[in-house]
Amino acid sequence: MLATLRRISALIRKEFASIFKDPRSRMVLIGPPLIQFFIFGYAATFDVKNVRYAVLDEDRSSESRDLLARLHGSENFECVQTLSSDEEIATVIDRQLAKLVVHIGPAFSRDIHIGVPTTVQVILDGRNSNAALIALGYIGTILEQFNRDLAAGGSAGAGGVLLEERAWYNANLQSRWFIVSGLGGVISMVIVMIVTGLSIAREREFGTFDQLLVAPFRPGEILVGKSVPGMLFGFLDALLFSVGAVWWFEVPFRGTITALMLALACFILTIVGVGLLVSSLSMTMQQALLGSFVFMMPAVILSGFTTPIENMPHWLQIGTYLNPVRYIIRALREIFLEGAGVPMIWPQLWPLLLIACVTLPAAAWMFRHRSQ
Amino acid sequence: MGLGTADDQAAKSDIVLVVRHLCKSFVTKKGAPAQWALDDVSLEAHAGRVTGLVGADGAGKTTLIRTAAGLLLPTSGTVTVLGLDSAKEAIEIQRRVGYMPQKFGLYQDLSVDENMTLYADLQGVPMAERPERFQRLLRMTDLTAFTRRRAGALSGGMKQKLGLACALIKSPRMLLLDEPTVGVDPVSRRELWKIVYALVEKEGIGVLLSTAYLDEAERCQHVVLLHEGRNLDEGAPQKFKDRIRGRVFLITPPADVKPRQIQNHMAGQKGIIDATIRSGRVRVVTEHGWGAQVAETLPAAWRPHIREALPQFEDAFMALIPRRQGHFQIDPHPAVRKGLPQDEVVVQTRGLEKWFGAFEAVKHLSFEVRRGEIFGLLGPNGAGKSTTFRMLCGLLSASGGEIRVAGHDLRRSGAQARAHLGYMAQQFSLYGQLSVAENLTFYGRAYGLGDPKLRERLAWADAEFDLARWRATPAGQLPGGYKQRLAMAAALLHEPDIIFLDEPTSGVDPLARREFWLRINGFAEQGVTVVVTTHFMEESEYCDRMLIMSQGASLAMGTPAEIRKLVRTPDRPDPTIEDAFVALALGEVIPGGHAADNGKGDSP
Repeated sequence: MLATLRRISALIRKEFASIFKDPRSRMVLIGPPLIQFFIFGYAATFDVKNVRYAVLDEDRSSESRDLLARLHGSENFECVQTLSSDEEIATVIDRQLAKLVVHIGPAFSRDIHIGVPTTVQVILDGRNSNAALIALGYIGTILEQFNRDLAAGGSAGAGGVLLEERAWYNANLQSRWFIVSGLGGVISMVIVMIVTGLSIAREREFGTFDQLLVAPFRPGEILVGKSVPGMLFGFLDALLFSVGAVWWFEVPFRGTITALMLALACFILTIVGVGLLVSSLSMTMQQALLGSFVFMMPAVILSGFTTPIENMPHWLQIGTYLNPVRYIIRALREIFLEGAGVPMIWPQLWPLLLIACVTLPAAAWMFRHRSQ
Repeated sequence: MGLGTADDQAAKSDIVLVVRHLCKSFVTKKGAPAQWALDDVSLEAHAGRVTGLVGADGAGKTTLIRTAAGLLLPTSGTVTVLGLDSAKEAIEIQRRVGYMPQKFGLYQDLSVDENMTLYADLQGVPMAERPERFQRLLRMTDLTAFTRRRAGALSGGMKQKLGLACALIKSPRMLLLDEPTVGVDPVSRRELWKIVYALVEKEGIGVLLSTAYLDEAERCQHVVLLHEGRNLDEGAPQKFKDRIRGRVFLITPPADVKPRQIQNHMAGQKGIIDATIRSGRVRVVTEHGWGAQVAETLPAAWRPHIREALPQFEDAFMALIPRRQGHFQIDPHPAVRKGLPQDEVVVQTRGLEKWFGAFEAVKHLSFEVRRGEIFGLLGPNGAGKSTTFRMLCGLLSASGGEIRVAGHDLRRSGAQARAHLGYMAQQFSLYGQLSVAENLTFYGRAYGLGDPKLRERLAWADAEFDLARWRATPAGQLPGGYKQRLAMAAALLHEPDIIFLDEPTSGVDPLARREFWLRINGFAEQGVTVVVTTHFMEESEYCDRMLIMSQGASLAMGTPAEIRKLVRTPDRPDPTIEDAFVALALGEVIPGGHAADNGKGDSP
C-alpha cells in the first residue's frame, strides 16, 4: 500500500513537473480558456440588437409615421434606408443592406379610420432564420403596443386581453446568463481533454510510455497518477471562470458552493475518463488531439449549451443521455439560475459517475493492450 | 577493396567537388554560443573514385554533404560541385547530382515502380528513356521482382537500394550518399557497395559517401577523417594503417581466461589507446612508442599469448581521435552480488511466435539465458529482434509459445516481477524536459526506493556515469553519449537482476560504444544478466552467447567462437561474425548439430 502511494506520488510529481517546465503546456492551461471565456461571454449571444431595416411607406400619413417612429425609437432597430418603390425591396434584402423591410400599404390610414383590419407587411431575410424570428418577435410587440394605443385613444370598448410577461430565473431574458452559466463546464472539458488527452499519447510518441510499463506500476496507479493533474487543472479553471461569470459578466449565483464543487468534480472525473481513453487509443499526440476534438464538437452541440435539446429530433435526444456535457450544463444552470443545492442536482450527477465507471477502467485496460 | 591503383588514376581524372575553408555554424536558441558543425574544412573529391567521409556522430559529415547538395548555406568558405558554386547555383547542382540523405524520402504507400516514376517525374527524365533506365536500375539493385511491392513493405536493405535507384534516376555525374548503410544487414551492405563500385568503375561517377562504420572506410579509395567539425587527416586507407604499424597487437586468451577479462585488464592501462574483442581475441592499440613495452602490462601467464597484428583502419582511427577525457576505467575487482544462484536459467522462450496480421514477425523462437550471461540478439533492422525483445519485457503479447523471465510471464504477472528488471529502450526514452536529477528521482521512486536508498543510488549514478555536472540540465539537451549514460543509469538505479538493452549502441559513436561495452562487462561480472540487441555484428564479440536472427527466424545460436566455427573454411580460416552472418543468411552454411549445440540452449 505504501509502495503504491509512493509510486503514485512519484508519477504525479513528474506530471506536474513536465507541465510546468514546458512553456507551451503552461500557456494551454490559461490562454485558450481565457479566450473562450470572453468569446462566449461577449460574442455568443442570441439577443438581437441594431437590426438594420428599410422602410417603404406608401401611405405617408400621421398614423404610419407614428408606427415608424416607434420602430425608430427602439434600440433593437436601426433604419438604414427609406425606399420609394416595390422594386427596391428585393435589392435591399439581396444585398444584405437590411435584414428586414417594413412595407406600409397606401390604404393603411384609411382602413384605420373606417375601422376595418389593415395589414403591415414585413419582409425578412430568412437566411439567418434565428435572427429573423427574433426580430419579427420584436416587431410584433411594437405592433401590439401600437394597436393598444389606437384602441385606447380612439374607439371605446376595445378592452381585449392584455398579456403580462414574467420570465422567471432570468427576468430580462438575457441570453448571456444562459450561455455563461454553462461556460465553466465547457471550459473545464477543453482543459481536461487537452491535458489528459495528450498525457499518454505524448509518452507514447516520445517512447517514455514503455519505460513506464516495464516499471512496477499497476494500470490503476498509472490511471490515478495521470488523472490527478488534469482533474486539478480542470477544476481550478472551472472555479476560476465560475467566479469570473459572477464578477465580470454579473451572472447571478443563487445555488450553493457545495453543489457547484460537487457537480464540477463529478463532471471532471468523467471527462478525465474520456480523455485518458482517447489518449490511450492514440499512438501520437496528433491523433490524440484529433480524437479529443472529434469528441468535443458533438458533445458541446448535443449538450444544450447553446441550442435546446428539446428542439432536436427524438432519436437524437435519446442519444444525448450518453453525453456527459449534457448533465453538467443542466446542473450548472440549475445551480446558478435556479439556486439548486445538492439534492436538486443529484439526477444530473449519477449518470456522470456511471459514465466515469465505464471510461476509466477502459482506459486503464488500454494502457497495456494498445502497445505494439 | 579491388581498386588499389586508385591514387594514380585519380590524379588524372577530373575533380567533381572542391571544398575550401568551409565553416558552418548553427545558431542555438537563447543566445547560446553558436555550434560549429564544420570548422575550416577543405577537401576534394574526384570522378571515378569513392571518397569516404569518416567520423563519429557529430563529426559534421551530414552537414558537409547537405552543404554540397546545396541544402545548407556555408557560414564561410566555398563548396564547388561540378564547377558550380553551391551557394549560388544550388538548383543547377541538384539537377546534376544524385543525393541520398540518411532517410531517403520514399513514399511508403507507393510501390517500387511508382516511387521510381515519381522521382523520374520530379527530375524530368524523358518518357522515352525511362523503360530502359528503370530496367537497368532495377537489375542493378536486384529489385526487378518487387516492382509492385509497396515501399513500406520492403526490408531495410531493399529500401536503401530503392533509395539509391531513385537517386540515380537521371544518371548523375556525382553521387552524394549520407550514411547509406546504417541499419542495413551485412548482406545488403555488401550489395550496396557492389553497386557503388560498379557506378564508379563503369560510369566514372564521383562518389562522396559518409559512414560511421569504420570497416567501410577501407572500401573507399580516399578517406577524409572528420572529428568535431575538423578535417583531422586524409589519404588512402593504407596510409592511415601504415602509420601505426608496430602498435597493434592481438592477445589470444589462454584456455581458462575469458577475452572479456583481458579486455577489462587492458582498457585504461597506461600507454593503451584501445582494447577490443575481435574474433575471440583481444585487440590492443598502443600509444606511439609503447609498442615495445606492451607485453609488460600483462600478467606473466598471458605474455606468451601476445603477438603483433596488421593494423586496420579502425585502429588508426582510434589512435588519431583526440581523447575527450580521462581514460574510462572499470573497477578491476567487482563485488559479486551475493545470493544469486549461478547457472540458473533466468530467461526462457519456447516456440515463441508473433503475428502482425498476416505478417509473421517472429517465427518459432526458442532460447535460454542463464544468470550472469551477456546474451545478444543480433540481426539487421527488421529481423524481429525488437519484437522478440518487447515480448520478453512484457510490452507486447506473444501470438504463440511460452516466455518465462525470472519465472514469470511478464505480460500476465504483476508489478512485482517487473521490479527485478531494468529496461533501456532503443530510442532515448526519458523525459526530455525534466532535468537529469528529476528523471533519476522519478525512476528511483517508481521502483520504490526510499529516500535514504535513493540518495545513495543517485550518488552512485553521479559517480559511475559522470553525471554530477549535468544534474540540473534538461535530459533532452544532453550530448548524445550522456543521454545514453543517463538512460542506462535510470535502468540500473534499482539494481535489477536482469537488464534488457534494446539497440543501446545505435547512434552512438565508436568511442562511446567501447565505453558502454566495458560497463556492461562490469555489470555482468557482478552477476547481472544482460539481454541486449544490436545490429553491429562486431559487438557480438562482447556477448557470452548470441542468437542471430534474420526475417523473424533464428539463423544460429551459440558462443561467438561457435558461430565463427560454423563458417570456417580452408580459404577463410579466420571468419568474423559478419562473415558468419552473410554465409548463414545466404544459405551457404546450414547450421547443423556439429557446432552450435554443445549443451547450452537448443539450436533450431
